[in-house]
Amino acid sequence: MSEHLLSLMTFFPLLGMIVILFIPRENDGVLKGLTFVITLITFFISLPLAFDDVFKTSGGMHYTEFVKWISIGDYFQMNYNLGVDGISLWLVLLTTFIMPIAVLSTWQAVEKNTKGFMTLLLLLETAMLGAFLALDLFLFYVFWELMLIPMYFLIGIWGGKRRIYSAIKFFIYTAVGSLLMLVAIIFVYYYALKSGQPFEQGFSISHFYQLNIPAAYQTWLFLAFAFSFAIKVPMFPVHTWLPDAHTDAPTAGSVILAAIMLKMGTYGYVRFAMPLFPDALHQFTPFLATLAVIGIIYGALVAMVQEDVKRLVAYSSVSHLGFVMLGVFALNIQGMSGGMIQMINHGISTGALFLIVGFIYERRHTRLITDFGGLAKQMPVFTTIFMIAMLSSIGLPGTNGFVGEFLIMVGAFEGELRWFTIVAASGVIFAAVYMLWMFQRVMFGELKNPANQKLKDLSVREVVLMLPLLLFIFWIGVYPNTFFEKMNPALDQLINQIKGKQQVAVVETINPVQHKID
Amino acid sequence: MHDYSLIWLIPFFPLVGFIVNGLLGKKIGNEKVIGAIGTLAIAASFVVSCKMFFQLLGDVEKTHEVILFSWMSVGQLQIDWGFLLDPLSALMIMVVTGVGSLIHLYSNGYMHGEEGFYRYFAYLNLFCFSMLMLVLGNNALVMFVGWEGVGLCSYLLIGYYFEKKSAGDAAKKAFVVNRVGDFGFLIGLFTLFWALGEHGVWTFQFTKIAENAHLLPAGGVVVTVATLCFFLGATGKSAQIPLYTWLPDAMEGPTPVSALIHAATMVTAGVYMIGRMNGLFSMAPDTMMVIAIVGAATAIFAASIGLAQNDIKRVLAYSTVSQLGYMFLAMGVGAFSAGIFHLMTHAFFKACLFLGSGSVIHAMHHAYHKAHLHDDPQDMRNMGGLAKKMPITFITFFISTLAISGIPGLSGFFSKDEILWWAFSSTRGGWILWLIGFIAAGMTAFYMFRLVFMTFFGKQKTDARAKDHVHESPLVITIPLMVLGLLALVGGWVGIPAALGGANRFEHFLAPVFEHAQETYGIHSQHSLHAFEFPLMGCSIGIALVGIFLAWIMYVKNPELPGRLVARFRWLHTAIFNKWFVDELYDGLFVNATKRLGRYFWKGFDVPVIDGIVNGVGWLVQGSSRVLRFIQNGQIHSYAMTMVLGMVVIVAVYVFK
Repeated sequence: MSEHLLSLMTFFPLLGMIVILFIPRENDGVLKGLTFVITLITFFISLPLAFDDVFKTSGGMHYTEFVKWISIGDYFQMNYNLGVDGISLWLVLLTTFIMPIAVLSTWQAVEKNTKGFMTLLLLLETAMLGAFLALDLFLFYVFWELMLIPMYFLIGIWGGKRRIYSAIKFFIYTAVGSLLMLVAIIFVYYYALKSGQPFEQGFSISHFYQLNIPAAYQTWLFLAFAFSFAIKVPMFPVHTWLPDAHTDAPTAGSVILAAIMLKMGTYGYVRFAMPLFPDALHQFTPFLATLAVIGIIYGALVAMVQEDVKRLVAYSSVSHLGFVMLGVFALNIQGMSGGMIQMINHGISTGALFLIVGFIYERRHTRLITDFGGLAKQMPVFTTIFMIAMLSSIGLPGTNGFVGEFLIMVGAFEGELRWFTIVAASGVIFAAVYMLWMFQRVMFGELKNPANQKLKDLSVREVVLMLPLLLFIFWIGVYPNTFFEKMNPALDQLINQIKGKQQVAVVETINPVQHKID
Repeated sequence: MHDYSLIWLIPFFPLVGFIVNGLLGKKIGNEKVIGAIGTLAIAASFVVSCKMFFQLLGDVEKTHEVILFSWMSVGQLQIDWGFLLDPLSALMIMVVTGVGSLIHLYSNGYMHGEEGFYRYFAYLNLFCFSMLMLVLGNNALVMFVGWEGVGLCSYLLIGYYFEKKSAGDAAKKAFVVNRVGDFGFLIGLFTLFWALGEHGVWTFQFTKIAENAHLLPAGGVVVTVATLCFFLGATGKSAQIPLYTWLPDAMEGPTPVSALIHAATMVTAGVYMIGRMNGLFSMAPDTMMVIAIVGAATAIFAASIGLAQNDIKRVLAYSTVSQLGYMFLAMGVGAFSAGIFHLMTHAFFKACLFLGSGSVIHAMHHAYHKAHLHDDPQDMRNMGGLAKKMPITFITFFISTLAISGIPGLSGFFSKDEILWWAFSSTRGGWILWLIGFIAAGMTAFYMFRLVFMTFFGKQKTDARAKDHVHESPLVITIPLMVLGLLALVGGWVGIPAALGGANRFEHFLAPVFEHAQETYGIHSQHSLHAFEFPLMGCSIGIALVGIFLAWIMYVKNPELPGRLVARFRWLHTAIFNKWFVDELYDGLFVNATKRLGRYFWKGFDVPVIDGIVNGVGWLVQGSSRVLRFIQNGQIHSYAMTMVLGMVVIVAVYVFK
């Protein structure tokens, strides 16, 4: 069983989806319940990974699966190749962990066409897991594109007022990026064949890692990948799809989008763009770090003046993901670990914040800050949970956010990114400003608006679905080693690999000169 | 053998108190039970602290570290949840848990009948937990946990009356201004981490930093920058120029909170932090000079504002800022032990003053409530003559006022005088620093006696209908006052200087922490100046008496005199009364500018520029798709698949033909 664990995990939601298709659309409760059970089982299937100590000692791929898939003649081959290492491990678990919570959040939020909604959620889960686990670049691309479609419909059908605009914007942005990446993927494959790799290996990334692509090619290939992933992250200035998509997406969609799908962009950098094109990475690090830092400050400043709570949280994501990218570009173990853990953190805290926004939206059908005020008196439990999520988001020590931001900044402070870090660190001030200001206007003050005076505090279901998130806020805040010890071997290996190739490149640029002298 | 392994119990008890009251407090509902849980939690830590303190007193080895478990372990970065007990932290836990216990007890009476009683005690316990983590942390990161933790509790407690807008504003301001300081703290940490790392020492641990600080060049850029960054953190937490503006506003919180957090403990964290890293700071004379100057400037600047405030708590707030300035002046001239000494005595007399003012406010509030009036219970212009009505409050308040004014024999005299003496005579001091401190001392005596005269002396100016309802507070309030009053009286006797025939046990006790750096970097009071010690002491006693005398003239002898002076120097009074317009300046420079920038980015860049381009592309695609309508079937995934397959085929054919 364990040799097919990853496939089972990836396709279980798809199987569930097929079952769902046979259930009559009137059975709202059954559809929701069954989807919840399916996602929960998927989580339990993935759970053994969390307890496997092999990740502590070995940074390589585990649980690998390999099946020949599509071949065209003797020049095109793509394989079904899955595997998990310390880098994808926690993202996979984050996915299976967030999904049941997202499903629970739909209980009262989704009323029309539940069946369609649930079908798409399950399809989305398969696509996301596949993308995190794929070791064949083409297979990755298939899953990557597959993610786009359910999310497009989730926003476009179950979304808010401007759902069509937001969905199309989301689609155009992502599709443009993807196409560039596809061209680059095919080019890399072509180059691999040219340099003598047997075509049976298909688009295997472990083989692509060994290529020595000339720097001139690397530049363009890297840019294609980087652009595509930058849209997904999203990095400044290609972030404007995010506030719209979030504002109009249904709560479950926002949670999945923020918690998991944005990580696809950062993961793409770590898994593909950076190790495949190390020289180009070296060349573009200052440029990308600049964009990351701009994103941190810009996202925070724009978040500060938002009038809609959900849009505020969306812009805060731009800021937080800027931190993640800064850590990743530091290319040392502290920065990378910080970046990775911050991906998880963002999933947890921002996921929690979107759920919280969903709670009040379901009650009041508005998200405008000015419509609220003084809720603390009416909803004490909600206040407490909101506050914890907010503190985690602004990185209070003792919560997960601090561990991530701290490591990112420690890492990035080494070497050439030092000045970027100093600017980025001012982001922690702005984070406090926009969050506390919003919190004050929504929760504190007098309860003046009569519409708010009858608000009900959180239900048991709502508290239950928040509790796991709160648990991890403190767990990662106090004992993040649970995560680091399984993540760091893989990151160490990755860093050595990238840096090693960067040095080889340096040596190679010196050597030709010597040859000429000879 | 001495065993310190149970030191974790000290922060643990208040944490338990916080969790119990925080989660179950609402269900418990009974004030007595909630108050008892909160108070016993901190009292239990006090008992453990006493045990640790006296154990350390009798121990030859003065530095002990207890590691609980690893926190972050990433490459060379290894951070533990660990505690450090040495004379400095031992003293601090005594102050925090001792004064903390008294204030918890006091709160039982003061907060009686408040709606969020359980919330209050939960936060207060959480505060004590954070403060104890701050002082006990064996590395800078654990300290930072406490550092931000106390900031959070300060935020929660300032905003305790969250329905009041001013309370919410003050809470947010406190947190954000502190974050500015924390930014500095973090940059300082990073600088230090990599600088020491270059010498192969990867650590945030205080003992290791102290051991290896010599690897860095003394007086060099790295040390100076790192310590300046740390000091920026200290100015936030300890309300020094330029980040002091949050503290006066913090008076929106309940008065016992002002006593505990905004006078006795949290605001001294910056002083403690410098003391904790004294080795590093001693290596950076430039930073030390900046600290001394900022400290002296804050001392006199805040005192000047205190001269003209009418709100009893605001006077005390500015007084706190000013006294903290003295502590930084001490740290800046290398008088570490004197600074910590003043920290301790200040904790006693200022906690007593705040709690005393709380007792007054409580009585006034009660009286107004009975008389159905809505006058401001904190405005001193409505008080007067309370000495007879509230004798215990008056006596304890008066003792503490004498102490802060520097009257010989009381605690504040010894600590303040030692600071002034070092400011004058230290190798890192100078007569100008002394002079500023000296003038500020006169102002301190003036505004404190102004406060006492306006509140307790003369005729009772309270509205006639409320007058007779003013009573002395109950025992649960007056007992803490009496204990703190006593400490304000005798607390300084542990540090009587040799010049006055004392043994200065206090300095000897802390010597293991400070002596090394002071000897290594030549920080001491200069022998050639010792002839000045007694004359200077006489001067400071003199100016205190002058200050008191002036207050007496203006507020007892000729009560109409202040009005005439105000009329004469209208502009000066306006400037002082409005706190030199610094808040307005900051609002204009930073707050509004930032908001405007955010709005510009949003409405001026995100929407028109970026989205303009994206939407333009969208229109273009739509326009052209109208032409290509014949392959349009309205299903977006079929477009996607067509695109994908098309690309694959085209590229594959082109490449492999």
